[in-house]
Amino acid sequence: MSFNGNLDTLYRQVIMDHYKNPRNRGKLNGDTLHIHMNNPTCGDRIELQLKIEDDKVTDVKFLGEGCSISLSSASMMTEVIKGLPVDEALDISHIFSQMMQGESYDEEKYDLGDLQALEGVRKFPTRIKCATLAWKAMEKGLKEQENN
Amino acid sequence: MDVQEVRKEFPILHQQVNEKPLVYLDSAATAQKPLRVIEAVDDYYRRYNSNVHRGVHTLGGMATDAYEGAREKVRSFIGANTTEEIIFTRGTTTSLNIVAHSYARAFLKEGDEIVLTPMEHHSNIIPWQQAAKVTGATLKYIPLQEDGTITLEDVKKTITNHTKIVAISHVSNVLGTMNPVKEITRMAHEQGAITVIDGAQSAPHMKINVTDLDCDFYAFSGHKLGAPTGIGVLYGKKALLEQMEPVEFGGEMIDFVDLYDSTWKELPWKFEGGTPIIAGAIGLAAAIDFLEDIGMDQIHQHETELVNYAFEKLQTIDDLSIYGPRKRAGLITFNLESVHPHDVATVLDAEGIAVRAGHHCAQPLMKWLDVTATARASFYLYNTFEEIDILTDGLLKAKEYFGDVF
Repeated sequence: MSFNGNLDTLYRQVIMDHYKNPRNRGKLNGDTLHIHMNNPTCGDRIELQLKIEDDKVTDVKFLGEGCSISLSSASMMTEVIKGLPVDEALDISHIFSQMMQGESYDEEKYDLGDLQALEGVRKFPTRIKCATLAWKAMEKGLKEQENN
Repeated sequence: MDVQEVRKEFPILHQQVNEKPLVYLDSAATAQKPLRVIEAVDDYYRRYNSNVHRGVHTLGGMATDAYEGAREKVRSFIGANTTEEIIFTRGTTTSLNIVAHSYARAFLKEGDEIVLTPMEHHSNIIPWQQAAKVTGATLKYIPLQEDGTITLEDVKKTITNHTKIVAISHVSNVLGTMNPVKEITRMAHEQGAITVIDGAQSAPHMKINVTDLDCDFYAFSGHKLGAPTGIGVLYGKKALLEQMEPVEFGGEMIDFVDLYDSTWKELPWKFEGGTPIIAGAIGLAAAIDFLEDIGMDQIHQHETELVNYAFEKLQTIDDLSIYGPRKRAGLITFNLESVHPHDVATVLDAEGIAVRAGHHCAQPLMKWLDVTATARASFYLYNTFEEIDILTDGLLKAKEYFGDVF
């Protein structure tokens, strides 16, 4: 069904798939980076766990509550960064932020997987903060780890 | 009252949003401004912009007359005894903070109680939390019934002779609950406590008489009743305001200033440090004139009819939950099962409909409702029954859209 083309750009099938069937949703046991983050203006919240071994994100899981955009973005993020070196995960986060801000970004550098489906979010400025919540949590965790 | 005539006074309503006629259902966040307000502010800046209460020139005199005239307008609007009891502030939040700072911190001590309800807006919770931390007073909450109301029996049980302040919203910004603040004030006074009424959601929508309510403080914002943002009011009983110290010190609020000490102006100016919000007060007076020409009782009646109609219509939608009591002020907070309120709001926005989605600055209440966020449609004098039909259709579309992609 398509009663509004703009809405379809926002809610593409792939986004809805991640929302309905989130990947890597759950909890990790053992020693992990554990980050809680919320969006105080709307109430969305995420609990992200990252397992870091030899400067690599060897496993990642998340729990949280939020809208389709924030949860699908979290799900896609976990898929993309799992198995990557920490510096590459942060680099992708930077690319994602460029994508959200409508800046040009390097599409070829990494396999962005389903992430490009979120490009339509930038046409809805009030929803960008939904898409970036999980990424901010990841950056916070990894940067704190680096500083320690 | 003739809604179509009223709508002519609001230029912003006559526009397309996302190629659909704007349906503005977010007046509980901020109300739209009638032409009369826009023109009053424009006229002040074009013709007599000047500082008030100083200098002897003509424009200064005109600005002072308009500013103090606005104070008299507010006094009469809420039924206060004297303009000494009307303090202009930045809004409800500032008004409540003045009471929490200047009254609560000075007069509360360890063992005293501040009584609130879980339906309060953050601005009627956090100032009291902070005051309690400083003074050693404790916070107590009147419990909510399942429908989001409170009973006078519970009020009576919660307020004790240790209670010094009862701070409560007149109308809940989420549930639409209308609290019996007159009876609550009587019960508080019996125990020697004062009441602080958050009138942000009541002053724009119904006739208020603070003398009849007998409340000790009453706070509201101008922008929710058609005035510009940045102007609000704190009403306080003269005897209490006289005991209180100013919160902000500087120009405008002083009597004599010496190198090592100073004295304050009399009421209400001792609470209005710095150049006041002159244009805002002038806009507020114009907004009050506009509302009073229509009649607060007529406005309340219109909103009651709208909300009753909306309640019936929204109830016909499967999987839609409405929060709060059946008898309510002009707003409806709801959720569609399996569609997050942000997504609901985005789909409605594509239809030109503006609603609020989020926690509405009431996180403790969201916790009580066991939700993280909700959507809210709120009505004002310019809303129509047709707009509620459009909202209903928009919600059905949201349901269909999200039902379809799953």
